[in-house]
Amino acid sequence: MATMHTRSTARLMMAPAVVSLLLWMAVPLGMTIWFSLLRYNLLMPGMEEWTGFTNYRYFLTDPAFFTAIANTLLMVGGVLLISVGGGIALALLLDQAFFGQGIVRLLVIAPFFVMPTVSALVWKNMFMNPVYGLFAMVARFFGLEPVDWFAEVPLFSIIMIVAWQWLPFATLILLTALQSLDEEQKEAAEMDGAGPLSRFIYIVLPHLSRAITVVILIQTIFLLSIFAEILVTTNGGPGLQSTTLTYLVYVQALLQFDVGSASAGGIIAVILANIVAIFLMRIVGKNLDA
Amino acid sequence: MARAVSTRRKWITTIVAWTIGLALFFPILWTFLTSFKTEGEAIATPPSLMFFNWTLENYVEVQARSNYLKYFSNSIIIAVGSTIVGLLIAVPAAWAMAFSPTKRTKEILLWMLSTKMLPAVGVLVPIYLLFRDAGLLDSRIGLVGVLTMVNLPIIVWMLYTYFREIPGEILEAARMDGASLAKEIVYVLTPMALPGIASTMLLNIILAWNEAFWTLNLTASSAAPLTAFIAAYSSPEGLFWAKLSAASTLAVAPILIMGWFSQRQLIRGLTFGAVK
Amino acid sequence: MKLKSVLLGASFLVPCGTAAQAETLTIATVNNGDMIRMQKLSDHFTEKHPDIDLDWVTLEENVLRQRVTTDIATEGGQYDIMTIGAYETPIWAEQDWLAPLDGLGEDYDVDDLLPAVRDALSVDGTLYAAPFYGESAMIMYRTDLFEEAGLEMPDSPTWSFIADAARQITDKENEVYGICLRGKAGWGENMAFVTALANSMGARWFDMDWQPQFDSEEWKNAVQFYVDLMNDAGPPGASSNGFNENLTLFQSGKCGMWIDATVAASFVTNPDESTVADSVGFAQFPTHQDLDNHGNWLWVWSLAIPASSEKIDAAKQFIAWATSKEYTELVASEEGWANVPPGTRTSLYENEEYLEAAPFADETLEAMNAANTTNSSVQEVPYSGGQFVAIPEFQGIGTAVGQQFSAALAGQVSVDQALQSAQQLTEREMTKSGYID
Repeated sequence: MATMHTRSTARLMMAPAVVSLLLWMAVPLGMTIWFSLLRYNLLMPGMEEWTGFTNYRYFLTDPAFFTAIANTLLMVGGVLLISVGGGIALALLLDQAFFGQGIVRLLVIAPFFVMPTVSALVWKNMFMNPVYGLFAMVARFFGLEPVDWFAEVPLFSIIMIVAWQWLPFATLILLTALQSLDEEQKEAAEMDGAGPLSRFIYIVLPHLSRAITVVILIQTIFLLSIFAEILVTTNGGPGLQSTTLTYLVYVQALLQFDVGSASAGGIIAVILANIVAIFLMRIVGKNLDA
Repeated sequence: MARAVSTRRKWITTIVAWTIGLALFFPILWTFLTSFKTEGEAIATPPSLMFFNWTLENYVEVQARSNYLKYFSNSIIIAVGSTIVGLLIAVPAAWAMAFSPTKRTKEILLWMLSTKMLPAVGVLVPIYLLFRDAGLLDSRIGLVGVLTMVNLPIIVWMLYTYFREIPGEILEAARMDGASLAKEIVYVLTPMALPGIASTMLLNIILAWNEAFWTLNLTASSAAPLTAFIAAYSSPEGLFWAKLSAASTLAVAPILIMGWFSQRQLIRGLTFGAVK
Repeated sequence: MKLKSVLLGASFLVPCGTAAQAETLTIATVNNGDMIRMQKLSDHFTEKHPDIDLDWVTLEENVLRQRVTTDIATEGGQYDIMTIGAYETPIWAEQDWLAPLDGLGEDYDVDDLLPAVRDALSVDGTLYAAPFYGESAMIMYRTDLFEEAGLEMPDSPTWSFIADAARQITDKENEVYGICLRGKAGWGENMAFVTALANSMGARWFDMDWQPQFDSEEWKNAVQFYVDLMNDAGPPGASSNGFNENLTLFQSGKCGMWIDATVAASFVTNPDESTVADSVGFAQFPTHQDLDNHGNWLWVWSLAIPASSEKIDAAKQFIAWATSKEYTELVASEEGWANVPPGTRTSLYENEEYLEAAPFADETLEAMNAANTTNSSVQEVPYSGGQFVAIPEFQGIGTAVGQQFSAALAGQVSVDQALQSAQQLTEREMTKSGYID
């Protein structure tokens, strides 16, 4: 076999992707690490000086830091829970025979196409506004006190908005996986007299495990970097209740214009994200045999 | 063979599915409807679903203030451009990974994904400085480059998982017949890989279209896409829901329609190897 | 590496194509009504200056600020004219980032600018940004509700009167709330109001050694007063209400009083937008019983030119037009006197037609003249700025403190806790920035 030949061709084919990503990662990362060791505020040029790990110290001892980590995990976890749980339920539902299947599928996937900023603005203003929002109007119609979403349950509100955007994605992947489940397998189980619940637990769920892993992995990557929705709706508040790690970095970078701290925060966020990723791989990675 | 589905059950499923589908779609529908209301009607209590004076004034106003076509064409150029460049780089890489895997393939793949973990906002200033020096600020080319890089890991991964499903024996057979590498790609692989590539392309266009950090922060005017267009309507003084709705509809509609029309192609390859 | 070189190569080609044409000014501006009007009317300018094209970048305030600040600080050169406020102007001018605005033309009449406004935009007597519209803060109230309740608004009320009146007017059953105030976290949102309130109650942000003062009695009184009042007489969701949300509430008749920027006056009295247009009264920003301090709120949206711009001359021509008396008259003839940008020129407040069309003109002028931005507190302060502190760190600190007060308003933390956190985080930031040890 022309293994040598194939192997070098393969390298050549991978080179553009690997090299460009390497550059895309290494250059900003290098600059970020360098900046993170400087006292560097954009608004005070000419004052840059070496400060060692001061920026890291301040970022790590920020009273908001641990709250932000907890909020980040809560947000990612919450969205994953809703989108995976809801996604399985929806996939099972859409897999049934019913009238207008095609149209319902179009309706369900629609939120995935909406720009995050637009969806945050629409939810914030037209639905969750405590005076004019549709939710408030519905609540008042039933004689209930309208919920002041972003003051009372800020993080939950954001989780809802984000989950709405990602639910279709999860549903689609899970539905595709579900449809590949052998019809005969299902029938055989039915013949054996397995009830719907045990059918779900012993046949459907194991079959979906790979798809679930994929959904979790992809969504986690995207969810960790979310902050547009927070910026538009709550600005991280009230207090620190919806401040996430990325939002904290945003505050340093685009409110304080403190490049040093923002860089340190960015590096810390990368490290933490990678820890989460490794952790995820350990738990669910077995499903992803490459 | 098919399980007998009782009509009653089918009706119940229909009702449940439609209710959920409409509920999920409702925010978009509501935005669309609001865009045809006057500002006063947009905040009226109780709101009106259909029975209001349909007006186009919001669209007229939005168009008078911002040149929609400019933003729209920038969005198209950036989304499609970054997708094409991305595929050109990613297809060979994914192909090599799928058909000549080594021990390190998985590591490389995971490393690629990990490049997405650095929060964009933390590296804005380095990138801004680099772009300034390269003269790439507010240029479509610069944005195409950035979005290509941002989405490349996902493209490679998606293609890789798809290509892996293609049975290697076919390749062997082709090689036995003495097909050259080029022929192998053109006649054997491409037809089999096409659904996966199409699906990857669609997903990437969606992601690039909706990317709202780099597209907003690296542009000013000439390269500004629809994400910047929306930023002009997000919270001005005075009543703005109807105008915001009109702008939102304009920003979302193209990608939504594209997504709807191509959903079959999108779904076919959107498995990330989740289906055995 | 092919890709990168292609990208770079192509990028050099792009600028060449456009260079030979007429000069194009890229103008970054905020999406407020007056600026949108300026954009609409700018054809009048380009007709007279066929060699200048205008390219508008209209953005929401926060996005605008982050874009222009990043750009000017890195000398990115994306904009020729930037819309900035009274906060940025002195800080940026200090760094020589802005082109001095001398030579705006013979008939520009710099001396006509309101003294407070001109001061706020000048460093060492040189003007660095031209005021487009200016604002202070005042009370807007519903004359009909006051009449119903048998109340009479004094021209210069005290906080205790306001508090009583607000509680009296509140009718939650019918969705009428006595008072609407900003609560949404942000240095330019709730902190603008809270700082002005605190100023009027004798508090200050920093003492002369830059020590934060949130542990003082004055701050405690001010924030406690604010939270109590809003809990009793404010609308639901107050902790996420900013200027715009309150404007909507007031316009749809849900607020008895609203204390906010004077520019709001023309919106709430505009019958096209406001359901309460014919029953709005105005009064000065309240004071504390014993103190003569109306909060010293002063904000000016103004146009400035980055020093690095290559089109300074053309940019000056545009700025001179957009902030001139001529522009004021243009707006008056096209859209009526009530819509002209307020709060920049003395001559406007001497114009009979304007005074007639704008029932809020006198109150606005009085509020603007009363604003003292060099010493906004009754105590001595080391900083300038009225409802903000003009130091680069303030955006971050102000927003973080704003979140604490927003949380206190939402009932998530107590006022004492909020003040304590505010004190701690401000101390931290000031230490980090080297103001205090």
